[in-house]
Amino acid sequence: MAAVLELLLQEEVPVSAVVRWLRHGPGHRTAEENHIHDKLVSLSLLQKDFVPFLLNFLREQTSQILTNGPPTPAKTPNSKAHGSQRTGSERRAGHATSSRVQLFSQRTSVTTCTTDTSFSPDAASSGSSSFSGSNLSSPYGDFPSVVSSSSPSFGHSPVLHHGERRSSQKASLGSFLAATPEALPVRRGRRKGSGSAGASGRQVARDLGRSLAEEEDGKSDAGSWSGGRRKRNEVPLVSARSPPSQLNLNNLEEFPPMGAASGWTNKSKPSRRINPTPVSAERPLSKPKTCFTSTPVSRSPASSLEAFAAVQEGHLSSVMSNSLQEEREMLKKERCKLLHQASSPAGISFDPCTPTKPSYTRSASLPAESHLVTCANPAKVSCKKQLECLAQLYSSCIAENLVPNIFLELFFVLQLLTSKGTSTAEDGDSDPEISERNRDVSGRQHFESVHNCVYFAVQVLDYQYEVISHLEKGMLKLLAENERIASFSPTLHKRLRQAYESSTAKVSLLLPCSVQSVSFQPETDNRSNFPSDRAFHIFKKQRDIFYELLREWEDNNEKTGWDFERVLGNKIRAMMAHLSATCNHSHFARLFQKQLIQMCKGPVRGGASWGETPDQDVLNMLGSDNLSRLKRLQERFIVSQSIRGPCPPPSFPGCQQFFRDFILSAGSYQFNQHLMDSLCLKILELNGLTLVEHEHSDGEAEMEEQDEKKRFTVALLSLRLLAKFLGFLVFLPYRTAEQPTRDLQDSALALRNQTLPVLDILKLLRQSIRDQRSILTIPWIVEYLSLVDHVAPFLDYYRKVFSLLLQVYRLMVLSEDKEMSFLNKLLILAVLGWLFQVPSVPEELFFTADDRQERFVMDTVTSAQALDFVPLVDQQLLYTCCPYLGELRKLLASFVAGSGGKNGGFMRKITPTAAEALAPKASVTQRKLQADLEQAFFHNQPPSLRRTVEFVAERVGSNCVKHIKATLVAELVQRAEAMLQDKVKEEDVNNDKLLEEVCTHLYEEGAQALIKGREFCKKKGPEAVRVLLPEETSAAVLSSAENIAVELATERACGWLSANIAALIKREVKATFNRMLKVPGFPLPGEDALELRRDCPPGCQHCAPFPSQIINEIKDVLCVAVGPREEGEVVDCVWLECLLGRLSQTLRCRKFVCPTSEQQLAKCTVELASLLVSDRVPLSLGIKSPEKSPERLPVKNNPTYGLLKLLFSIWKEDFGTSVPVQLIFSKKNMGYLAEAKQREWDLFLFLLHGLIEHELMRTSEIQSCLHILEELPWPSDFVKDLKRLSRVFVSEHQMEEHRTNPCELTRQSLATMATQS
Amino acid sequence: MKLSKAQYDEIAQFLGHVQPTRQSLRKLKEKFPSQSQSTLLSIFSQEYQKQIKRTHAKHHTAEAIETYYQRYLNGVMKNAAAPVLLDLANEVDFAPSLMARIVLERFLQEKEQAIPSKTLINSMLRDPSQIPDGVLANQVYQCTVNDCCYGPLVDCIKHAIGHEHEVLLREMLLEKNLSFIAVEGHIIHWIESKASFGDESSHQAHLQDQFWSYWNRFGPGLVIYWYGFIEELDCHRERGILLKDCFPTDIVTLRHSMAQR
Repeated sequence: MAAVLELLLQEEVPVSAVVRWLRHGPGHRTAEENHIHDKLVSLSLLQKDFVPFLLNFLREQTSQILTNGPPTPAKTPNSKAHGSQRTGSERRAGHATSSRVQLFSQRTSVTTCTTDTSFSPDAASSGSSSFSGSNLSSPYGDFPSVVSSSSPSFGHSPVLHHGERRSSQKASLGSFLAATPEALPVRRGRRKGSGSAGASGRQVARDLGRSLAEEEDGKSDAGSWSGGRRKRNEVPLVSARSPPSQLNLNNLEEFPPMGAASGWTNKSKPSRRINPTPVSAERPLSKPKTCFTSTPVSRSPASSLEAFAAVQEGHLSSVMSNSLQEEREMLKKERCKLLHQASSPAGISFDPCTPTKPSYTRSASLPAESHLVTCANPAKVSCKKQLECLAQLYSSCIAENLVPNIFLELFFVLQLLTSKGTSTAEDGDSDPEISERNRDVSGRQHFESVHNCVYFAVQVLDYQYEVISHLEKGMLKLLAENERIASFSPTLHKRLRQAYESSTAKVSLLLPCSVQSVSFQPETDNRSNFPSDRAFHIFKKQRDIFYELLREWEDNNEKTGWDFERVLGNKIRAMMAHLSATCNHSHFARLFQKQLIQMCKGPVRGGASWGETPDQDVLNMLGSDNLSRLKRLQERFIVSQSIRGPCPPPSFPGCQQFFRDFILSAGSYQFNQHLMDSLCLKILELNGLTLVEHEHSDGEAEMEEQDEKKRFTVALLSLRLLAKFLGFLVFLPYRTAEQPTRDLQDSALALRNQTLPVLDILKLLRQSIRDQRSILTIPWIVEYLSLVDHVAPFLDYYRKVFSLLLQVYRLMVLSEDKEMSFLNKLLILAVLGWLFQVPSVPEELFFTADDRQERFVMDTVTSAQALDFVPLVDQQLLYTCCPYLGELRKLLASFVAGSGGKNGGFMRKITPTAAEALAPKASVTQRKLQADLEQAFFHNQPPSLRRTVEFVAERVGSNCVKHIKATLVAELVQRAEAMLQDKVKEEDVNNDKLLEEVCTHLYEEGAQALIKGREFCKKKGPEAVRVLLPEETSAAVLSSAENIAVELATERACGWLSANIAALIKREVKATFNRMLKVPGFPLPGEDALELRRDCPPGCQHCAPFPSQIINEIKDVLCVAVGPREEGEVVDCVWLECLLGRLSQTLRCRKFVCPTSEQQLAKCTVELASLLVSDRVPLSLGIKSPEKSPERLPVKNNPTYGLLKLLFSIWKEDFGTSVPVQLIFSKKNMGYLAEAKQREWDLFLFLLHGLIEHELMRTSEIQSCLHILEELPWPSDFVKDLKRLSRVFVSEHQMEEHRTNPCELTRQSLATMATQS
Repeated sequence: MKLSKAQYDEIAQFLGHVQPTRQSLRKLKEKFPSQSQSTLLSIFSQEYQKQIKRTHAKHHTAEAIETYYQRYLNGVMKNAAAPVLLDLANEVDFAPSLMARIVLERFLQEKEQAIPSKTLINSMLRDPSQIPDGVLANQVYQCTVNDCCYGPLVDCIKHAIGHEHEVLLREMLLEKNLSFIAVEGHIIHWIESKASFGDESSHQAHLQDQFWSYWNRFGPGLVIYWYGFIEELDCHRERGILLKDCFPTDIVTLRHSMAQR
């Protein structure tokens, strides 16, 4: 490897030759054919390993600068590069594990260190995987947080998260790859000497890595490592994982403070865990620096002891920047102590060395530190030639997609651009060791100064201008304003300025939408979709429970100590048990899936909305100082979900967390299966998205494009979400916390190779490539694959998928193929790049091109309709899908703003513009020729025409059905009702048979529906088309459009009607019939007469008192009458009269009267009448008759007569329901009379006459009632009176009876009977 | 009428162990003249129901039933015209209507030698003239008429009130020709009319049984407690359940329909 580089740097071989050499795999053609440079031919076997080598080389070279400066270099490449190592140790040990852990939220806190061990070679030091460990420790379920932190990347996330602090942990295997053992002392020396507190932690890590390497060296050829890519098996992984004992622990120099050893043995050192518990000391002088999230900050001038203690607790103390000297002293002391302690096997954390701020710092940018930031000066650049060479080579690798993730590289470049070399770096106090190490050209330090780094970075940026110019506007602004770029390359500066000014790529920040429920969908959710009432009912319940759980989660999930499983687990399982009992899984799965899309396709919600880093505006408003404080505070409360690092592992942010946890807690096989089915179906449906062909002839084109873009965006985001969950479910059973052993893996492979995948993504992928729709398909397939378990990628099937994806990646060169939209490609590259960094995706994948892979050629024949060639992706979508791209901007921002949180600045929240579901697809035409003609017609018309026609057809068809239901069906039902009413009165009818009979009769008429439907469509279709199309549409076009619309609508409506009309009629008739049977008193022929009273009188103002009010008042009167009453309590006669008057009003205005209240009023008034005639109501005559005497009043003066008269009139005129006057003759009510001291027979007789007079009862009825009463056991005198009364009554009314037309009384008597029954 | 939690508590506390008679209601009105009668009655009724729910079981033990029945028999034997059942109910702090039901049930059981059906009992309570025993019929009627919290009459009144308010609401909506509206900045998909006072427990119950279910199916909505509610309960606005004590005035409609008019 180095040889190639050397050739290049010594200018023996031009860059172009190297690139050519790289692009062509060995063995395919002869060297000459490919014009491979002769000097490179012999090296062809190394070709595969060259890129990783180069990437590592750059990381290695720049490590010191970056270490000191803010950013940590992107290690990725390394990792990649050294895929080998990764493979082995890292993968097994750490990364993968960690991410997995996160995914599955295991509580174990973990292992962490191990991870680090893996690769990151040195500088990377910070961040990477290491922290993942810390996150891991976070409680179950906070996947997201993890995400953020852990950089999946191999290596390291440039952004520091917790990780940074722990930088020390990072033992990067990478480091040992490249580094020679001798280097160790050097660095260490430097660290001490330079006083740049910086590197220490990292250094350590590095050292660890190195020492590892050393160890390795002892056993194997170090060279093999440097190649980077070790094959999994060929490697010393084992050794890497071997217990520390194998290492030369005794050599403190080599193994400095490394508790790290423990790290890679996978034993997490508790001390390393960064405990979010805040040490919130005020730091009067220094601004919040380093705030690593929750990282405690120790009081800076604290005594060394204190600081140390803090360190040991896992809190990295951040140091006050302005007392650097002190710190250095302190650090030295600490370091000494530590070194001593380190010797103890206890494995004390070596973190302590790291505390220097600078080391984690990127956070930096604090004013206090600013004096450390070297002012980059183009004049001070050394070895320009070589740098240019490297920049060109490196850029070519990026441009040719030879690096696994171009954004990771860009991130690295930006780190270089923003590096803050310390003065030390420039002092040139390079350690002798370093020089020693730089024996050959490639080994020489080309990046020893900030100037060189910046120079290199600017060069690379220049090469990558096109990519950069496509990033979002905020990013461009920062670049355009970057002073270093301005001073190193005025031309680039100018271009960036222009790009910024012309950019419209604002990524907007939308308000998070609120959670909405999935609305009730009659076509899937109503009763007819369930086998039984019970199932239906249970589903409704479950629906409510589900939302209840959701609400509970929403309210509480951010509270500390709230545990999903503990709180909701049992509820969920109980619900699942119900599902199983009723086999409702499919319904619930559908609801679940819909709710998932509804809640999650939009912006990340939940804690994230707050947890996300604020926008620039917020930053300005609060100032970086307050902001960071705010952030820390916030982070203490909630697990931050913001995304960090350019390659976070897959996560379930915001609401997605709920759904994931729900699935986990439910643990239901059936549910999972149904959910997978449901997801697959929806994915296939969305993946089939078709866009209407574009033409730019008319002015609408732009609007249409917008619509298409929106549809595409919605489909893409939904697909990604669904695919992620599908992937989660599919690989769930195989998820293991750790990489299985080789044996286990082999047997798992043998087994699993026999099974078919749930969703044939390989087929879909191939199809999408063939049909040039990869822009839609690849992003979701990536989401799906990001959740693979450890074994899956090695399955034959997925191997093919990965290798195909890899080819796509390689071939999708940004600079070529102008036809495909640049941003489309960028999105695909970004997601694929991310996928290659996902922990469970084997690292060897990228650099080991599998020659057996299927070859495909990107089709050069492009069709304008193919999705890939439509500019569908914009920056908004790009950033929505790849929020981690925002890291680039954050990095720059932190450099400029100097406000570094642990995030290295603020982050931009990216939210997608979500839209609604796709428009329904056009109905399928039956006849091919017709269809073809139709297609031809539409082909020549603007797409809006087609959409209009389809829309009209759909609506008219649907309205037609509704219309038929409301008219024809309603009519038939009415007729059926009449028929049924007649027949049901016949004795002993079998209701079911009757129903069937009537329905059969109606079915024939139902056939009319089709005729009427056709008429309807014929009438309405053209009307609608005419209204919707432009007025200028030519007559011919219009009539064709109308005809098609009518045809489609008719087809739709009549198709439905012919299939369903009979069932519809039956259902409606049956419902009506059931209602009919339920109505009390049915059948009541007199109903019609009563109907007449159901409306208010004309001109009614509806201002009568409410029935409830009247009932209440009458009730009070009854209370007084029935007792017990207080002494002297009376009912004012006038008031009572008035009450009855109001009752009359109330009954006349029908508006507020309901049957229940009316019946109650009827009953109460009858009761009142009984009490009145029995003299049970203590009436006070008020002003009207002041002579209150206990004597019986003459008939005319007794107010009761007036009241009774009022009642008669009300009963007769005002009630719309039958009044149960016969209750007057009940034993209970007659009892009042019997008990009365002075029986008011006159009154009673008056009552009887009234009843007759007002046709409320017939004489004969009253007679029989009286007869019955006479039979009851009354006091003898009462019976006597009763008999006499009866005689009087009869004699008085016999005559009248004859005169009365019996028909007139029918209603009342029947009504009476009805009530009695 | 919105009541603060404190105001509500004051009323609820006063209600303590008041009997559900019109006399109590009158006292309540005197004590809190500024509150509307309906609100007071609604609160009274709800508070009383809570109390009954707490003590319901103890009145339904076999011993209790037997005791009540015997006391009733003894009472009417002494004086059939006295309000025996009503007094008994008040004495043991139980709703008169419910006491009537207990005794009636016991009476029928003895008479028929079987446990009477619920339908029968309900029917007799609704129309005591069906009760075979005249004295008991009077006693029962007295109980149901005098009970202002339980019993068929009260149920009917409640039903009527509910119905009336729904009509009222529909009327208001029609009047304004409203279909898609936002109230006070919140989108409303449904309106639930509650002709009662919204206290904590009833509101919780409604949330559970109705409102959240509506929300689940239709989205955010509005609840009108015509007789007021405890202000503090109006805490789900953001999530989509808005409380009001009257028909809202701050209504925003979809602009298209405005244009049409």
